[in-house]
Amino acid sequence: MGAIYILWLRELKRYIRSRVQIVVSLGQPCLYLLALGFGLGPVFQQAGHGSYLQFMAPGVVGMTILFSSVFSGIAMLWDRQFGFLKETLVAPVSRMQIMIGRTLGGATVAIIQGSLILVICLVAGFRPHSWIAIPTAFLFVVMIAVVFAALGTALGSAIKDMQGFQLVMNFLVLPLFFLSGALFPLANLPPVMAFITRLDPLTYGVDGLRGALINVWHFNAATDISVLAMIAAVFVSAGAYLFSKIEA
Amino acid sequence: MIQVQHLVKNFGEVAAVRDISFDVAQGEIFAFLGPNGAGKTTTIKMLTTLLQPTSGSIELDGLDPRTRQKEARQRFGIVFQDPSLDAEQTAYENMILHGILYHVPRQLREARTERLLKLFELWDRRDSYVKTFSGGMKRRLEIARGLLHTPRILFLDEPTLGLDPQSRNLLWTHVKHLNETERTTVFLTTHYMDEAERVAHRIAIIDHGAIVAQGTPTELKQQTQTDSLEGAFLALTGSSIRDEAANSADGLRQVAKMWRR
Repeated sequence: MGAIYILWLRELKRYIRSRVQIVVSLGQPCLYLLALGFGLGPVFQQAGHGSYLQFMAPGVVGMTILFSSVFSGIAMLWDRQFGFLKETLVAPVSRMQIMIGRTLGGATVAIIQGSLILVICLVAGFRPHSWIAIPTAFLFVVMIAVVFAALGTALGSAIKDMQGFQLVMNFLVLPLFFLSGALFPLANLPPVMAFITRLDPLTYGVDGLRGALINVWHFNAATDISVLAMIAAVFVSAGAYLFSKIEA
Repeated sequence: MIQVQHLVKNFGEVAAVRDISFDVAQGEIFAFLGPNGAGKTTTIKMLTTLLQPTSGSIELDGLDPRTRQKEARQRFGIVFQDPSLDAEQTAYENMILHGILYHVPRQLREARTERLLKLFELWDRRDSYVKTFSGGMKRRLEIARGLLHTPRILFLDEPTLGLDPQSRNLLWTHVKHLNETERTTVFLTTHYMDEAERVAHRIAIIDHGAIVAQGTPTELKQQTQTDSLEGAFLALTGSSIRDEAANSADGLRQVAKMWRR
C-alpha cells in the first residue's frame, strides 16, 4: 500500500509543481472553448441545435481528461530516460503496485484538470440542466480518467523514444478526441463515421458527461457506464501486463 | 555473500556474458573491471534482478533472486551507472520515497535519512530539488539512498564516472568507512584502476564476456609481471579501443531540456 501511495503522491506533486504545464494544459481547452464555442456558435444555432457552448463544454472537459491522463502515462518515457523508473523497478515491491500507483496518480491529475475546466466552462457561461448533475458528471470524469490513464501506462510501457510519443499523439490521441463526438452531435452521421465513433472509448465518456450535464444523450447512462467499465478493465490489464514486461 | 556459477547471458545471437563464476565473501569489497562492452553492466543487471540470465545460477545472501526476488531486492542497494533520482523532487523526498518502497518503518526511515544525508554532506540541501544538484551531489545522494534500507550488499556501477577528484575521494572514503563499520559487502565496477587498487580487496577482470583473471591487486600484478594494476589490466585485455553503441537517452535529454525551458 505504501508504494501505491507514495507513487500516487509523486504524480500529484509533479503536477502541482509544474506551473507552466498547468497553464499550458488548461490553455488549450480554453482555446477550443473560446474559438470554437463562440466562433461556431452562430452556425450551430442556425442549424437549430441551440447553444454550441452548452453542447461542446462537456466535450472539452472530456478532451482535457483524455490529454492529461494519456500524457501522464507517457511521461513514463521521461522517467525511463532519466533513470527514475529503474529505482522503482528494482524495489522490493510488485510491479502491479507501482503500475497502480502511477496510474491512479495520472488519473487523479486528470480529474483535477477536468474539474478545473468544468469550472472555467461555468465561468464562460455554461449552465448544467440542474446542479445535481455535477456529482453524476463527476462519476464520468473519474471513469474517463481511469480508462485513459491506464491506456497511458500501457503506451508508456511500450514506447521507448520520442518518435513513438509523436506517433501516439498524432495517430491515437487526436483521433480519439476528434472522433468522440466532443465537437459534433453523433446523430445523422454517415454510417462509416458512425461506426468509427462507436469504437472510440471517449465517445461513451463524452456522451455520459453531456447526458449528465445537459441531459442530451446519444446512448444512455447504463450503456456508457458499462462500456467504460469494460474498457477500463481491458486497459488496466493491458497496462499491468506491459508494465510487468519492462526490462530496465 | 554473492555466489555466481556458470552465468550466461545472450542477447539473440550476441553473447554478452559467457559462463562466468565468482564468489564474493561477506564484508568484502569486490571490483569488477573491464573495457567498455565487456559485460560488466549486464552482469550487474543480472545480479540485481533487472535482467534474467540465459543460464547459470546466482545466490545473494543465500537467496536465489529469481525465485525469491523481493527478499533478495530488500537485501541489496544499488547505484546505477546512469542517474536514477527523481530530479523533480527534493533530496529528502527522494530518500523518503525510497524508504517507503523498501518498507523501512517511518521513524527509522526519518532517522536514517537524516544520518545518511549528514554523512554525505547533503543535509543542508535536503529541501532543494535534485535538478539543482551538481554531478557529485547527485552521486552522493544516490549512494545515501542506496544505503537507506541498510542493505547487506551494495552494488556500485561506475559510481565515479564524470566526478571531480574531490568528489571521487569523498565517495570512496565513505564507501570504505561503511564497509568497515557496517560490514556492508560492496560489488563495484569502475574504469579507474587507481580506485580499484585503493578500495578493492579483490578484483575480477572481465573481457568479451568472460573473466580473464581474478585475485587481489597484488596477485594480478604478479600474475602479469607488471608493476601497476593498469599495466596488469592492459596486459590482460589488450590495448585496442572498444566502442560502445550510442544510447538514445542522450538525444532525448536534449529534447526534454528544450521543452522544459
